[in-house]
Amino acid sequence: MKINDLFQQELTVLNIGAPNFKADLDLQGISAHQIQWMPPAEGDLELIEQLDAFCDREDIKEANQEAFSRILKGSPVLVGMERAIDVIPGMTKNTILHSGPPIGWDRMCDPVKGAVVGALIYEGRAENEEEARQLAASGEITFSPCHEHSAVGPMAGIISPSMPVHIVENKTYGNRAYCTVNEGLGKVLRFGAFDQSVIARLRWIETEFMPVMQKAIRIHGEIDLKVITAQAVQMGDECHNRNKAATCLFFRELVLSMLKTGFPGQQIEKAIDFIRGNDHYFLNLSMPACKSILDPANGIPNSTIVTAMARNGVDFGIQVSGLGKKWFTAPANYVQGLLFPGYDDQDANPDLGDSAITETTGIGGFAMGASPAITQFVGGTVEDAVNYTRSMYTITTGENSAYALPPMDFRGAATGIDLLKVLDSGTLPVINTGIAHRVAGIGQIGAGIVNPPRECFVKALKEYGKVRG
Amino acid sequence: MLKKILVRKNAYFDSVTLMSLGSKIKKMDGVSQAVVVMATEMNREILMNVGLGNQETEAAGPNDLVLAVEAESETFLSAAFAEIEEKLAGSQDKKKNRDNVYKTQEEALKDGVKANMAVISVPGRFAAREAKKALKNGMHVMLFSDNVTVEQERELKELAREKGLFVMGPDCGTAVINGTGLCFANKMRKGAIGIVGASGTGLQEVLVQIDRLGGGIAQALGTGGRDLKESIGGIMMMEGIKALDAEEQVKVLVLVSKPPEAAVEETIWNLLRQVKKPVVVCFLEGKKRENLPANICMASTLLEAAKKAVALEKGVEYTEGIRDRSREIQKESMDLKPEQRYVRGFFCGGTLCAEALIVLRERLTELRSNVSHHEEEILEDARDLKGNVLLDLGEDEFTNGRPHPMIEPSLRTEWIVDAAKDPAVGVILLDVEIGYGSHENPAQIAAEGIRQAKETAKAAGRNLKVVVYVCGTDKDRQNLEEQRAILAGEGAILADSNVEAAQLAAQLLGNQKGGKNR
Repeated sequence: MKINDLFQQELTVLNIGAPNFKADLDLQGISAHQIQWMPPAEGDLELIEQLDAFCDREDIKEANQEAFSRILKGSPVLVGMERAIDVIPGMTKNTILHSGPPIGWDRMCDPVKGAVVGALIYEGRAENEEEARQLAASGEITFSPCHEHSAVGPMAGIISPSMPVHIVENKTYGNRAYCTVNEGLGKVLRFGAFDQSVIARLRWIETEFMPVMQKAIRIHGEIDLKVITAQAVQMGDECHNRNKAATCLFFRELVLSMLKTGFPGQQIEKAIDFIRGNDHYFLNLSMPACKSILDPANGIPNSTIVTAMARNGVDFGIQVSGLGKKWFTAPANYVQGLLFPGYDDQDANPDLGDSAITETTGIGGFAMGASPAITQFVGGTVEDAVNYTRSMYTITTGENSAYALPPMDFRGAATGIDLLKVLDSGTLPVINTGIAHRVAGIGQIGAGIVNPPRECFVKALKEYGKVRG
Repeated sequence: MLKKILVRKNAYFDSVTLMSLGSKIKKMDGVSQAVVVMATEMNREILMNVGLGNQETEAAGPNDLVLAVEAESETFLSAAFAEIEEKLAGSQDKKKNRDNVYKTQEEALKDGVKANMAVISVPGRFAAREAKKALKNGMHVMLFSDNVTVEQERELKELAREKGLFVMGPDCGTAVINGTGLCFANKMRKGAIGIVGASGTGLQEVLVQIDRLGGGIAQALGTGGRDLKESIGGIMMMEGIKALDAEEQVKVLVLVSKPPEAAVEETIWNLLRQVKKPVVVCFLEGKKRENLPANICMASTLLEAAKKAVALEKGVEYTEGIRDRSREIQKESMDLKPEQRYVRGFFCGGTLCAEALIVLRERLTELRSNVSHHEEEILEDARDLKGNVLLDLGEDEFTNGRPHPMIEPSLRTEWIVDAAKDPAVGVILLDVEIGYGSHENPAQIAAEGIRQAKETAKAAGRNLKVVVYVCGTDKDRQNLEEQRAILAGEGAILADSNVEAAQLAAQLLGNQKGGKNR
């Protein structure tokens, strides 16, 4: 009788509830693990009923396994750089793409508005701020989320027609993703700055940097971003807030080809120096790499895996594989972390940018345990970071051995956020991210940890219940 | 020599991991060559050189993983691949023995925690859900939580039966598995008695008396109070009987429960007829049953069940009756005035209250209790006590929003003191539970109540007798002797069993139903 096996085994207990029962087991020398239990789905019985109905469904499990396997099989490579209007699907000369879920000009936060102003000046559509604001408000400009055009953008995430974008191709599935060139720190468009220096840099990227990059990539051939990411994770990057190692690896890979482009020495030197001097250059490759990996996992009818998390500085939005491109939004949270000297909480803008695409893929905040250096930057201890990473295995479908985390004994990154598991466990995805000043153009004022609002997941489950229930 | 070569597309592992894995596999018995590499140009060449390359490996790229092993036989080959799979799948991080606190069962299991028993004490409306998860993950369940619906209970128990697992509960307070006490349990001598019990303190009292009489426990399984109702069908009682019957170390079976509902009763008896081991059946307040098979005997109290079980375990004759303390009690009763005619029992343990009721029903008149099912004994109003009254203070009406009195016995104090104000009350009857789960020092709390009660009575010119039974073994962490000494210090009369306590109370009041007068 199987039930009798228990009598031959050593008793090992999972104690779910009152901790004093564990204490008594400890007294008896029995191995007991405590579950620090909280009501699932915050005690919402209706939601729990839905979760329970879904958690055993084989079709959902299979669909999630398929989505997970597509994520694992993703193979992003950098294939080139072109102007947005020439490559991004649906881009027109009147289109401006922004980060996060859809938002109109009137509701945009100030840093995003600033970036829009900068983009319109850069595009030659406005002479100055006032003209730019009028144009933006006129209805002539179509604002659309990067995510709806196979693109992603950090912070404000503004992509205007003339901006050069990295082209990343997922070799396994043939889809492409796009992201602009990272401008560095300080006064930059992605934080809403639009003065002369910002516009001049954007023009330089377009006219001088892009030709060097185009030719260098052609000489080198495609550059495998997954391999660079995997190696960088071993070197202490989590490829969201820390891209030092990845940028070095990318630089090392491309620099000879840049030298071979035959452009004037000064032009090449400046291009090389631009990458060399920007620790975050690789962020704008990491993000489209993640986007290209996740897009094929979207649209699997029964899958409850989250395929996008993005913020526009006002709303946080998620997309779920089985629910296609539909956004589920709620007001974005404020980031908890460390502020640079001279700033306080009132200066912070709510959570902003498409960079949470890295967490959606299993790196960024999910891989913090492998990035001890970043923990100091976002505030907290290495142990906190390891615990953040560990807790992400609760809400994900599996582990991605391509991104093996050394301090976790090379455990693969927690990958494939499952909507059902998020709500069931009450554990929200952990995102580590920069904090933007709420006034356009001041820039980054700190970094920290933020969660998506739970509401996004609740809305998505309700919709899932309607569509697939 | 056999070769097996697998190529996995887009499965990247770092070279250090793969090198160490490759060399481990190579050292395995019967393995002559093993190459586990990413298919870079250099590695493809190596594969060809050692004869483990083929068209597929040649076509593979640097993101593709190649697993290639040469071994003496199919057995060695599959052992090698099993090892590769295990090493690639799981990093060691999750297998470390960490004392982590987890938020969910899934989190613990994913982290490599292995458990064969889930003890669940979360609020009732969530409890069944946790229990179901635990069962699905192959764990037995001790469901301490109450407020689980009958439908949920049945579903859980059916699922458990299908999977060959126990569900003890809901509302199961006590179990002893492999010598380990779960929730409210006492530290026991190990032995050959196996118990299935549908009640918490009832099971505890049987355990304690068995230990006191020199017997020992193999296993004590709880079923929860509703198991023998028709709606549940005695699923776990039956699974428990079968398990104990099949268990070699168990020589004697004891069943402790309220009587089964009619529809379940015959099923249980039919099953018992197939049991070859001696069985003691204690269905409290159940009907006497005639024509029992020779190996089955009945017991009308918990004490009787324990005594019969120990006699069977030791192979000695069962003897009825308990020690005679009539001289001592008669002396004590001289302190009571003629109008002090009643006992008030305030119980923390529900089944102890029920057992006291069985004992006192034969001895006292005007008896009422909130646990009685006899119409004439039903208590109208717990705030207006009249006559002889036994109260189970663990009932919902008293615990609403407060901890159970076994955890927090201080809620009993005001009842004791109130009773002392009633000139018709001569005896107060109390139980004190020690052991795992119980209060750290429950005797101290009870002693405080006793002192106040005695003072109250004294101020009104009366004496008050207090009879206390401490339910616990001499191995329990609260220290039985110290607990008894604290109570004796306040002049309490101490009993060795719950039955004795009730009998002493009746004797103090002169056994109103035809017993000896004082």
